Amino acid sequence: MTIEARFLIERGDFTLDADFIVPAQGISAIFGASGCGKTTLLRAIAGLEQPSRGYLKIAGEVWQDGDRFLPPHQRPLGYVFQEASLFPHLSVRGNLEYGYKRLPPEARRVDFDRAVTLLGIGPLLARRPEGLSGGERQRVAIARALLTSPRLLLMDEPLAALDRQSKTEILPFLERLHEELSIPVLYVSHASDEVARLADQLVLLEQGRVRASGPIGEMLTRVDLPLAHGDEAEAVVEARVAEHDETFHLTHLEFPGGRFTVAKKDLPLGQPVRLRLLARDVSLSLERHEGTSILNIFPAKIETLVDENPAQLMVRLDAGGVPILSRITRKSATILALEPGKSVYVQVKTVALLG
Amino acid sequence: MLDEGDLAALWITLRLAGLTVVILLLLGTPLAWWLSRTQRRFKAVVEAVVALPLVLPPTVLGFYLLVALGPNGPVGGLMMSLGGEPLAFTFAGLVIGSVFYSLPFVVQPLQGAFAAIGRRPMEVAATLGASPLDRFFTVAVPLARPGFLTATVLGFAHTVGEFGVVLMIGGNIPGETQVLSIAIYDHVEALEYGHAHWLAGGLLLLSFLLLLAVYVLNRRFKVA
Repeated sequence: MTIEARFLIERGDFTLDADFIVPAQGISAIFGASGCGKTTLLRAIAGLEQPSRGYLKIAGEVWQDGDRFLPPHQRPLGYVFQEASLFPHLSVRGNLEYGYKRLPPEARRVDFDRAVTLLGIGPLLARRPEGLSGGERQRVAIARALLTSPRLLLMDEPLAALDRQSKTEILPFLERLHEELSIPVLYVSHASDEVARLADQLVLLEQGRVRASGPIGEMLTRVDLPLAHGDEAEAVVEARVAEHDETFHLTHLEFPGGRFTVAKKDLPLGQPVRLRLLARDVSLSLERHEGTSILNIFPAKIETLVDENPAQLMVRLDAGGVPILSRITRKSATILALEPGKSVYVQVKTVALLG
Repeated sequence: MLDEGDLAALWITLRLAGLTVVILLLLGTPLAWWLSRTQRRFKAVVEAVVALPLVLPPTVLGFYLLVALGPNGPVGGLMMSLGGEPLAFTFAGLVIGSVFYSLPFVVQPLQGAFAAIGRRPMEVAATLGASPLDRFFTVAVPLARPGFLTATVLGFAHTVGEFGVVLMIGGNIPGETQVLSIAIYDHVEALEYGHAHWLAGGLLLLSFLLLLAVYVLNRRFKVA
């Protein structure tokens, strides 16, 4: 089951010529700088833009092809706009029911109370939109979109218009959505931290074209892409809670390439977690050092080395099938005689738990 | 006080204004919606035509309508050939004249209100499964409510205050086409200042109350 989209849209001096296929599950981020056509692409998928040429197939169903154009109100999708865009003339409940009521009862697959609970908006139902905070509005907008029982949820930078506090308020709800509902999401963003935290797949858009797409762990570490360069270059690793160490107040997290140790987290055993490893926090050595304060050390194999700047290199490694980035100096690379295929030990100074 | 003729004039005036507003809302709403959404160049032409009654002397409008609606005019002629009466000097003729005359007072507030909504609420409604007609009535109309109120009251009040057009195409037939403003004129001509005072004062009060209602209600809509 896939989401397959091809659109050609010409607007004055801007051309969107996008073409991608992603699995129809989890969160797929459409990522790129401002003005690269992310929003236009999302609007085209929703049927809100009339492209010169378009093809859209969602989980085996063609929504758009040549002359065939399903108008937006007939596309079973939910759309969350950057600004919550609640109807000012309706209460929160009225907003939620707008799409829900237009769905035949047998087509309602998302329960009203469940969506309300999932987004924690029960106490707001009788309120008017103008009395809500930015974060509350966006939660209502997300619930409103969910209540159309969409087969695809489109989110256009739902956090961009919010302050930091509202963002941190909403992110956990988005993660719950991800875990509890099996609705595929296309998530437009230009914020790499949001993408690293939420996305399973990443479609990289550059000046109206899809530069590359694939699983997030792979895309973030592909050294031929700009994502794997610069100070914020990072890898994300899926791990599971393996063990708690009560004596030292630590939690051990397991991933296919080894084990991470972090300060104790109150999480159940077996809980999947996502870890973020900044390339600048990852160093390499030829032997397993014993006399070091760094706890997170595991073996890996060098895949590629590319120049980052005259002083530094970016190294992509394979740790049990999981790609990891390390940024080291050219001098270190020469002293250690690093080359593709060489086995090394990876030392991770800090690792951040996402979510 | 008011004599029978004055009461008849009042009744004709209210009927004329009421009917005109209803027709204008029915015709003006789709026209205003189209004007607020379209980007065709033709739009400017339509807007100018709609605004014409604002600047044109009512007698000019009345003159052309008289020519068109009279027995030798295209509309009047058509009515005759269909076995009807020419529309000049009839109540129906007055309604047609008033519709043209008050058109901008209904279309412009509606157009402004529709334009102020923007595209977003309609797009949201579309993604929530509402068809174009459905979202027009459940989103655009409620959001344009202040515009509808303004359009209704201005259209009504402006028709009540009509003089030149009515005089040209309606004549001044008591009990048929004589409206308040013309009755006042007649009273003044006949030096019946007492009658004129009653009617003029009544119109003044009515107009003030209508406008007051618009501003008070529009304020409440904004707060709500």
